[in-house]
Amino acid sequence: MNSFDSISGETAAGLALLPKPFADWFAAKGWQPRAHQMELLARATAGESLLLIAPTGAGKTLAGFLPALTDLTRRGKIPPGSAFTGIHTLYISPLKALAVDIERNLMKPVSEMGLPILVETRTGDTPQAKRQRQRLNPPDILLTTPEQVALLIANGEAERFFKDLKYVIFDELHSLVTSKRGHLLSLGLARLRRLAPGLRTIGLSATVAEPMDLRRWLVEQASEQQNHAGLVTAPGGAKPIITILKSEERVPWSGHSAKYAMPEVYEAIKAHQTSLLFVNTRSQAEILFQALWNINEDTLPIALHHGSLDVGQRRRVEAAMAENRLRAVVATSTLDLGIDWGDVDLVIHVGAPKGASRLAQRIGRANHRMDEPSRAILVPANRFEVMECQAALDANYLGAQDTPPVGQGALDVLAQHVLGMACAGPFDEDALFAEVTSASPYTELPREKFGRIVQFVATGGYALKTYERYARIRKTADGLWRVSNPGVAQQYRLNLGTIVEMPMLNVRMVKRGAKGVVGRGGASLGKVEEYFLEMLAPGDTFLFSGKVLRFEGIRENECLVSQAFSLDAKVPAYAGGKFPLSTYLADQVRSMLDDPQRWGALPDQVRDWLALQRDVSTLPKRDELLIETFPRGSRHYMVAYPFEGRLAHQTLGMLLTRRLERAGRRPLGFVATDYSLAIWALDDLGYTFAVERPSLSSLFDEDMLGDDLEAWLDESFMLKRTFRNCAVIAGLIEQRHPGKEKTGRQVTVSADLIYDVLRSHEPDHILLEATRNDAAAGLLDIQRLGDMLVRIKGHITHRRLDRISPLAVPIMLEIGKELVAGEAQDSLLAEAAEDLIAEAMGETQI
Amino acid sequence: MQRLALASMEIQDFGAVSARTVVAGVEAVCDPLGALYLPETRLLVVSDLHLEKGAAFARRGMLLPPYDTLATLKVLEAVITRHDPAIVVSLGDNFHDRVGSAHLPEMFRTKITELARGRDWIWINGNHDPDGTVDLPGQSADELHYAGLAFRHEPSLLSPAGEIAGHLHPAATVIRREKAVRRPCFATDGKRMLMPAFGIMTGGLDLRHKAMTGLFDRPSLVAHMLGRDRIYSVRFANLIG
Repeated sequence: MNSFDSISGETAAGLALLPKPFADWFAAKGWQPRAHQMELLARATAGESLLLIAPTGAGKTLAGFLPALTDLTRRGKIPPGSAFTGIHTLYISPLKALAVDIERNLMKPVSEMGLPILVETRTGDTPQAKRQRQRLNPPDILLTTPEQVALLIANGEAERFFKDLKYVIFDELHSLVTSKRGHLLSLGLARLRRLAPGLRTIGLSATVAEPMDLRRWLVEQASEQQNHAGLVTAPGGAKPIITILKSEERVPWSGHSAKYAMPEVYEAIKAHQTSLLFVNTRSQAEILFQALWNINEDTLPIALHHGSLDVGQRRRVEAAMAENRLRAVVATSTLDLGIDWGDVDLVIHVGAPKGASRLAQRIGRANHRMDEPSRAILVPANRFEVMECQAALDANYLGAQDTPPVGQGALDVLAQHVLGMACAGPFDEDALFAEVTSASPYTELPREKFGRIVQFVATGGYALKTYERYARIRKTADGLWRVSNPGVAQQYRLNLGTIVEMPMLNVRMVKRGAKGVVGRGGASLGKVEEYFLEMLAPGDTFLFSGKVLRFEGIRENECLVSQAFSLDAKVPAYAGGKFPLSTYLADQVRSMLDDPQRWGALPDQVRDWLALQRDVSTLPKRDELLIETFPRGSRHYMVAYPFEGRLAHQTLGMLLTRRLERAGRRPLGFVATDYSLAIWALDDLGYTFAVERPSLSSLFDEDMLGDDLEAWLDESFMLKRTFRNCAVIAGLIEQRHPGKEKTGRQVTVSADLIYDVLRSHEPDHILLEATRNDAAAGLLDIQRLGDMLVRIKGHITHRRLDRISPLAVPIMLEIGKELVAGEAQDSLLAEAAEDLIAEAMGETQI
Repeated sequence: MQRLALASMEIQDFGAVSARTVVAGVEAVCDPLGALYLPETRLLVVSDLHLEKGAAFARRGMLLPPYDTLATLKVLEAVITRHDPAIVVSLGDNFHDRVGSAHLPEMFRTKITELARGRDWIWINGNHDPDGTVDLPGQSADELHYAGLAFRHEPSLLSPAGEIAGHLHPAATVIRREKAVRRPCFATDGKRMLMPAFGIMTGGLDLRHKAMTGLFDRPSLVAHMLGRDRIYSVRFANLIG
């Protein structure tokens, strides 16, 4: 394809570096080495660390491995009897399944070329004997996960094992770096650089908003200067063909199931070879799967794949998919990452994609040959989602990106790492601090805070010093920190990792006889969150694993279910991985509302809806905050339309409710969606704002992020959940303990109680600081809320209406689905107690 | 930390926030702080203090906050101050592990000595601390029979009548409008009383759990649940809405 004279200098240099077996192999396949592959080869061989940004299907994996493969080919097999040689290349992937998958894709070329290279995987599932052998006799290339890297470097033999390390390859780097796993891995990389000073890194990534973040992540940071890896960019493939589903049916006002569009979705599946159907939550996946099977008259092989399902079941789906035996798979983000999925020729996204980059990456799943366009259909589940889908579609053609930033390194992760480093061998506090701050997420870490983390690891870091004799690590006479006893290292290994699971119960199928449940030997269907089951009574039905199940009860750690003979089920209310609307898409939706010129692309009913809103109320300008107030029933409502995502709206709702309460306006509750926020109260809020008691501008003043936020955080149940994660990651409470597996419930209960005790006695404890940082960045989305409050200052428009507006309908339909928290809990208790009083006055002395 | 906050609050109308009940003919008051007071004998019962739970975990390498003993004793102090009992019975699992009382920091030992001054103090032995206490005021015993009641740590299946026991950390769940709220509770059917765990860092076990089977006459079973600032009394049959 390429004529020779168009080849750049770097491509030519790469080609020159390509050993004969490689050149022959490319030729035999009829392939031309791609320019970015050759550029990466040339620059990495010359000693550079590099970030490769490439779309799916651009031969990214092979490109990443070429420098290592060619180097190993030139080196040849190590003769038997030579001195110990450590591993040459480490490949790190966020998914266990991905490491297995790459072994297939990498092993194939290696064996076809007859290269003298030993490639092995190592994951949590690798048998003990094989791990042992790998330590004694390391492979040339090790394919593994971030957790395994942490385990390997915390081992006393790490120095020997990694001394010959030349390359570290990070796959799907864009998805790794934004999480705590990425933070832990960045610290691991800092340690690897110390063990093998000459190592080069190669990061493989999809297109991101800020490539520089990733380039810095890949190399050592020093205080005086910012270092960064080189950048290699592969050209994008053909533009995808994306459409928004046009249905004969009405698009619903609210909800997330998109049931109205099932006939059209089914037709699309029938018209294609293999379709991937993406949804945002596990419950949506269950509902969609069920709805498709209800109309699956041709009994097409349609499968379900999400993170709660039994591992065996997921592997079977993946295998069937790779062999092209399925016509469609309904999946959540478990399939976001770059597994090779056979010949997918259509991606259907049900529900709005929530982010432009996420949509691009999911669409990339269809059709791995980059010269042909991918095909995708977006299926909005409600009217706001129609606009959101349109915005995402526009962004896709513009190439706009909205991936999240890398963020500051988390302190709980740092605590875990410090303990790991003590397990590896004695450490000097200053030297370890220098190493830690060479990792880009931790460059800003103050020395004093690092010292507090070391104290935390040693004795818990409490002001009340009663635990000196129970210290896990101790500073010895030579000034080095050492683990107190071998049990500490064992405990560390068992609790390592940054993925803290919600307390889950295994779901097991049992038979039901006339006298109740019979036997318990049925199949395991997967795991479901315990808090969901607490709301069920025996006999209730719910959707799980594509089946309608009857809840029978909980026995020890298992949830027993039987086959339900009905099609109706209580919907699984557990939400897994619900993403908030990205800032970029939110802005696009606001500008679309503001600009009737752009309504042309929208379906008629949505256009009519917006026009009606313009007539009876108003449509918010792009940088304006619209607030509507109206009475309904015996209550008064206020609906705000910030379009800043559910998390920021929830925080805003909590804070506004507190403020209204303080002003004596008697607010009763609130509900938040990605687009808007509704608060209801006993007082007439429209009148309240009209006479400025309080005024809207003071109600929405930024100062709510000061004391009000602090006061609310004190009692927030969200903070407890965040604390639990931090406490597990930091090693304060254990995920597991040798011999006796704690149940999720025990961990949860104690974490809440520990939080309460710690908060009331030492509110400045380092772990509470870690918790607040986490919550501000994550569940509370404080940054975004703060930006919004600044943006709307002086731009609030209030419409006092005498009835609900068209734009308010979707959120009003959400009311009643909210969770109870805090004080509302006691009102439920009071209600139950009143029942008793009413029923049994005088019967028993209560 | 509801109970800790409640312990430091002034209560105006104690009758309105507590619950009166009768166990085997003996009048008893369920205090919202989780203690049972028998006015006729001026006897105060607390159960499952689990003192030094944090330290017990620290001994095993989990460095939980060392403040649980402090917090539990604060609540205990509040409830003792309120009722000024002649006798305090601590119903077992007074310490979270066997060596807990031996390793108790001096400041806590002093506190307990102050609280016990001028009253009788009985430490009932529990399964966590079967060997009794070391160097603390009061006496240790496996069981106490007094004023027509039997005080023991683990409820016995043989003789429910007049038994006051702990051990199981009873909690009840109320479900209304598909929403669940779970709280520790006193559980009684008029014959036996099962005490909530008093320790600040203790969890609970649902009344419907199989470990509770056979302990109560369910039609007469009432859960006196510990709310934010008062007791809520709910009949067993009404727990699930």
